[in-house]
Amino acid sequence: MTVLLAVALTVLLSATALLALARIYRGPSLLDRVVAADLLLSAMLAAVGAEAAVNRHATTLPVLVVLSLLGFVGSVSLVRFAVRAES
Amino acid sequence: MSVAAVTDWAGGVLLLAGAVLGLVAGIGLVRFPDVLDRMHTATKPQVLGVLLLLAGLALRLRTPSDLGMLVLVAIFQLSTAPVAAQMIGRAAYRSGRVDRSLLDVDELAGR
Repeated sequence: MTVLLAVALTVLLSATALLALARIYRGPSLLDRVVAADLLLSAMLAAVGAEAAVNRHATTLPVLVVLSLLGFVGSVSLVRFAVRAES
Repeated sequence: MSVAAVTDWAGGVLLLAGAVLGLVAGIGLVRFPDVLDRMHTATKPQVLGVLLLLAGLALRLRTPSDLGMLVLVAIFQLSTAPVAAQMIGRAAYRSGRVDRSLLDVDELAGR
C-alpha cells in the first residue's frame, strides 16, 4: 500500500508541477507567472509533506513552515514589483 | 482492522485527495483564459488541497508536537493565500489585464 501511495502521489504532484511550469513558460504577463510560481511552490510543499507522510518521519516539518511563508512573501513582493513596473 | 490501520488508510485517502485537488488547480491554471480566473484556481483548490494533505500527514504521524507544527502551516496557508490573491487581483485590475467580456458585474467600475 505504501509503495502504491508513493507512486500515485509522485505522479499527481509531478503533473501539477509540470502544468505550473507550462504556465510560467507561456504566461502572457508577469502576474500569470506569479500565480503559477505560487502554485509551483505549493506543489513543492505538498511533495515534501507527502514524502514525510509516506516515510513516516517528522524531520522536514520545519521546511513546510518555511515554504508556506516563502510563497506568501515571494508573490507579494513580485506583485508589488509588477505594479511599480507598470506605472 | 486495528485503529492504527484505519487511521493509516484514512491518511492515505486524504493525501491522495489533496494531490488530486492540486492537479485540478494545475489544470485550471493552464486552461483558464484570464488572470483573475487563474488567480481563482490557484488559490482555492490549491489551499484546500494543501489542507487535505496536511490532514493526511497528521493522521499518519499521530504525535502531538508534530500536530502543532502542522496546524501552524495550515494557519499560515489560510491567512496568507487570501491576501496574496487579493493583491494579485488588484494589480491585474489596475493594470487593465481584465477581460471585460468575461465579467458579469464590475463592481469597481464607478470608482
